[in-house]
Order: sequence, then structure tokens, then C-alpha cells
Amino acid sequence: MADHTLDAKGLNCPLPILKARKALKEVPAGGTLEILATDPGSVADFEAFCRQTGNELLEHSVDDSSYRFLIKHTAA
Amino acid sequence: MSSEAQVVQDTVSAAPVAAPETKSMSMIVTKGSLDWAYPPFILATTAAAMGLPVTMFFTFYGLPLLLKKLDLTLTAAGNPAMKMPMMGAHMGLPNILTAIPGVDAACSKMMKNLMNKKGVASIEDLRELAIEADVRMIACQMTMDLFEYSLDDMIEGPELGGAATYIECATQSDINLFI
Repeated sequence: MADHTLDAKGLNCPLPILKARKALKEVPAGGTLEILATDPGSVADFEAFCRQTGNELLEHSVDDSSYRFLIKHTAA
Repeated sequence: MSSEAQVVQDTVSAAPVAAPETKSMSMIVTKGSLDWAYPPFILATTAAAMGLPVTMFFTFYGLPLLLKKLDLTLTAAGNPAMKMPMMGAHMGLPNILTAIPGVDAACSKMMKNLMNKKGVASIEDLRELAIEADVRMIACQMTMDLFEYSLDDMIEGPELGGAATYIECATQSDINLFI
């Protein structure tokens, strides 16, 4: 299990990213945040978010029409 | 131990990801209709979430976006690209119909309903998120005078400034947008 899970299903750009940023602050360094989303744009956006912020995108997967991301909190 | 926990365990000793160089962003916000209010607030909140210091300079019709109570509307007048999804098709509105009283209000309501249905944040929510994320907001002093607003009319937080205040900020920013 991830340390925290964020349900961002039904939310549109940029809310999944904004909520993930907030949720990451609650995750200790080295911990993981799982994000569930339905916004197809979130796939490219979470990749860009992680590249820019230095957090690590460990996994992302698609299940039916929802997306799951696992981010490791590696940056400040 | 679950597989995720194992992943964490395995990568803790790996080399840390280098933090990218910090960039900063500024934008001039000149438009205050419901549709045009979105780009600046979406970009400001997202940039802040990605670690960029952000400054928004509100001038002319962008200034009322700082008012305590927002009642944002839009018009299809002069905007042939505004076509709303309706009954499986996309419907535009001829300019002449936008002159009928109540049509703009109805269009604005439709747009807000559509946004709500699609999970798009309200401008009020995005503005609140921008404030929470410490986005610096500057209210154009000249526009305040011109349209007779005072800081009492505005939300808490914006500072007053003019063109020189913005230019100083822009010279120190990596990304400068005019919206």
C-alpha cells in the first residue's frame, strides 16, 4: 500500500496536480502517494510534474477508464 | 510487506533525483470574463504546485478578478469560436442574439454548469488555491484609480504596484506571460 492515497477521480485539469501537490506535503520523504484519476490529460501532466519537481513517478497504470499513479516523495 | 513498500525500500539507497533548477513565472492578467479568467489562474496554481515562484499582475479588466465577490460572466458576442456541446452537436450563437437581454447571463450559467459537470474548478476555488500556494498578486494602482476601486473592495493579500513594479519582477522571471 502507498503511504497516502488521493482520489482525484472526476476532477479536471489542473485539480489532480494541485491536490497531489498538497497531498505530497503530508507524505514523509521517501514515502509514496497513490493518485487515482479519470482525467486522460493527467498521464502527461503527472510525468511533467514529476520531472519538474524531482519527485519520482514509480508506476502508472490504466484500469478501465481510470488512471493510477504512484509517486515517491523524493523532493522537498 | 506489500510490493509498493518493497519498491520504496529498494530505492531509498539509490542516488537522489537532482532537483531541477528553480524557475520563476510572472503574468499580466488583463481580462476578467469567465472564460478568460481560467488561463492565468490555472497556470499560476500549476506553476506554484511545480515549485515555481509566481507573480500575477492584475490590470485593466483583469483587476476585478481580485474583488471579494466574483460574479463572472461571458459573452458569445464577437466570438465565433465559442460553440457549446448540445444534444450531440456543437452550437454557436449568432452575434445578434447575444444582444438580447438575459442571453449572456444564460450562456454564463450554461458554461458554469458545464464546467461543474466536467470537474473543472471554479475561478473562486482556483483563486483560493493560488493564495494558499503563496502566489504573489499585484493590483495595478492606475487601474484601481481609473475604475475607482479601493483595497477594501479586494480580497486579502494583493499588494499595489505599477508598471515599474511589474517590470522589475519580469526581469527576474524566467517565464513572462501576457494574458
